[in-house]
Amino acid sequence: MHSANPNVGAIQLDPWFGHYAERASGLSASEVRALFAVASRPEVVSLAGGMPYVRALPEGLVSDALARVMRESGPAALQYGSGQGVPALREQILDVMALEGISASADDVVVTTGSQQALDLVTKLFIDPGDVILAEAPSYVGAIGVFRSYQAHVVHLETDADGLVPDALADGIQKLRAEGRTIKFLYTIPNFHNPAGVTLSAERRPEIVRICAEAGVLIMEDNPYGLLHFDEPVPSALRSLSPDGVIYLGSFSKTLAPGFRVGWALAPHAIREKLVLVAEAAILCPSSFSQLVISDYLSQADWKAQINEFRGVYRERRDAMLESLAEHLPELTWNVPNGGFYIWVGLPDDLDSKAMLPRAVTELVAYTPGTAFFADGGGRQNIRLSFCYPTPESIRLGVRRLATVISGERELLETFAGTGRLTPTQVTDSVTAPPPDLS
Amino acid sequence: MTATMTIAVLSGGISHEREISLRTGRRVADALSDRGHSVVMLDPDADLFARLDSISPDVVWPALHGSSGEDGALLGLLTAHGLLYVGPAPSSARLAWSKPVAKTLVERAGVATATSLTVTREAFRELGAANVLRLIVDQLGDHVVVKPAQGGSAQGVTIVSDPERLPRAMVDAFTYHDVAIVEMFIGGTEVSATVVDIGEGPRVLPLVEIVPLDGTYSFEARYTAGETNFFVPARMTDVASASAVNAALAAHAVLGLGDLSRIDLIVDEHGVAHFLEANTLPGLTETSSAPLAIEAAGLALAEVYESLARRAAVRPS
Repeated sequence: MHSANPNVGAIQLDPWFGHYAERASGLSASEVRALFAVASRPEVVSLAGGMPYVRALPEGLVSDALARVMRESGPAALQYGSGQGVPALREQILDVMALEGISASADDVVVTTGSQQALDLVTKLFIDPGDVILAEAPSYVGAIGVFRSYQAHVVHLETDADGLVPDALADGIQKLRAEGRTIKFLYTIPNFHNPAGVTLSAERRPEIVRICAEAGVLIMEDNPYGLLHFDEPVPSALRSLSPDGVIYLGSFSKTLAPGFRVGWALAPHAIREKLVLVAEAAILCPSSFSQLVISDYLSQADWKAQINEFRGVYRERRDAMLESLAEHLPELTWNVPNGGFYIWVGLPDDLDSKAMLPRAVTELVAYTPGTAFFADGGGRQNIRLSFCYPTPESIRLGVRRLATVISGERELLETFAGTGRLTPTQVTDSVTAPPPDLS
Repeated sequence: MTATMTIAVLSGGISHEREISLRTGRRVADALSDRGHSVVMLDPDADLFARLDSISPDVVWPALHGSSGEDGALLGLLTAHGLLYVGPAPSSARLAWSKPVAKTLVERAGVATATSLTVTREAFRELGAANVLRLIVDQLGDHVVVKPAQGGSAQGVTIVSDPERLPRAMVDAFTYHDVAIVEMFIGGTEVSATVVDIGEGPRVLPLVEIVPLDGTYSFEARYTAGETNFFVPARMTDVASASAVNAALAAHAVLGLGDLSRIDLIVDEHGVAHFLEANTLPGLTETSSAPLAIEAAGLALAEVYESLARRAAVRPS
């Protein structure tokens, strides 16, 4: 009855199916991602996304900068600019990085469309299909997505309360080299890690740098949260310890606002030259308008005081979340971040954060399952909770609802205890995190 | 009634299928706008009825997949508020939304359907999960399909061929709803029958055969263009087609459905169509089967949607 070729006569809803590059495989609709659609509803408390609380920015601060830029530099703001970025802004970025111990030349700064683009461009420069990228376990979902898109093989390395474990790094490099694998770089988020919330200790930083230098492994240091400490400042950046061995990524998304889409890479000069070329090929130039507004803001406003304002906002929300977790979910484990946006929660072995998500939707709370932060299917016993966007009251409500979700799930699993395998079937989704615009 | 209608398309809501609903709603709204009508899209919330009062639509098109729009509650409230809408009577929606109830009614109408058991979370808790699981396997065998009793888009659905995996499948179904239905697996051709009534009585449009590339019509296969092949008309004998058409019409009738429905079937190797479920609000996204059926019938999507809206706008309340 059917044709020998089963596809003859089929209606193919994507006429280009079969034409996509191999790197596009796995880009499918995701049931998990679809569930996050409810997070935009006000009835739902979303503890899932990493949206900064931009309402803490005084409105006049930005609008004044906008007006000045148009008045004084309108044509330049509306025109193409340098592929490397506005020179004045690159100088000002040095002042931002100096707060974390970095001394550099503005010539080695490349402004990008968000540090996400810098991450993408560096990966494009270095990765051939099958190359290994070392990353913490867990790692930033946006980075994993980029690495996958260039067909890299991500190898996760052990992380604890003090960040990446040096022995794990050394052992990982040795093992992979013995297997004949090509390691291109270590990707690390040393400060208020997304999603783990931990900070690489001062003691470990020179050790990490030394291990990588001896092994000839480049470091990509991604640092969007370093200035958002609640108490003590973070240790000096890895870049300050190894100017030639580290590509440093910075961003204004969390210290000002993500809507500008301005970040940067600070790279050794030879890499920087290539970065400029690939950046120009990708976008011609970063937004002149956004750069000039940020440059004006940095020169006119007390931006350090504004960052301090943000710290206060996020500290209060962190505290609300920690108090709520202690009150409603004392049986779980979690870290206590001293800055940043995230708390990394550990679930009991019988629970699965991804499988539980539909129940969370029913209970009107959203979180990001830990599986989003692993390239190898790990993370099922973890949840990332974001405290950056919801109010403290919403955070408390959200954690209460999460407690209902977890108790409901445990009750259900207890009903079936001893009847067979209750571990969900492993399916590695390519996309398991909410899109960036959902808080 | 004026030629140009004011139509309120409701989409989104709070359900597991919100994203699908938004896509269906957008496609319907665009099509009706292209026909020259004034279309407003609304995401139901506490202000819904106040906004509907201010818009005063000629007709409402509920495109709310999931419990938000398919369990009949919203339809009943629209009726109570004096609003006309595209879709079935609230009671019919309630019947179709419950898979076990729909199966029972459709079976009584003479349509074949898989042997099944409907089970609740409470039953597992009170009677002992091991006992209930054993009864399920004894009754239905090792190869079964587990589904939440309410829901769509294949959410919470698991095909089980290893009894060791049955407990997890039950947990996954109960994550969506406290009642689950377990059906004996029937091999065959997966077919969707779109039934439309634009004034000449219910008509079954060309049957759509669904062939997911990886063998399972999962959420990913449904909503990723290219991951499922469709054959319209379905590749089957005249006898099998007739069985499917008759099954769809019978299901549509016994459930009291009108306007538009999609009846999902499995046609076995003997050409017998088995009822799976009825959808009173079929997906109308870029990857949905109902639009394929409409176009295969030589009809224009926008014209069909317009006809449905016009009929609903003059329906006696």
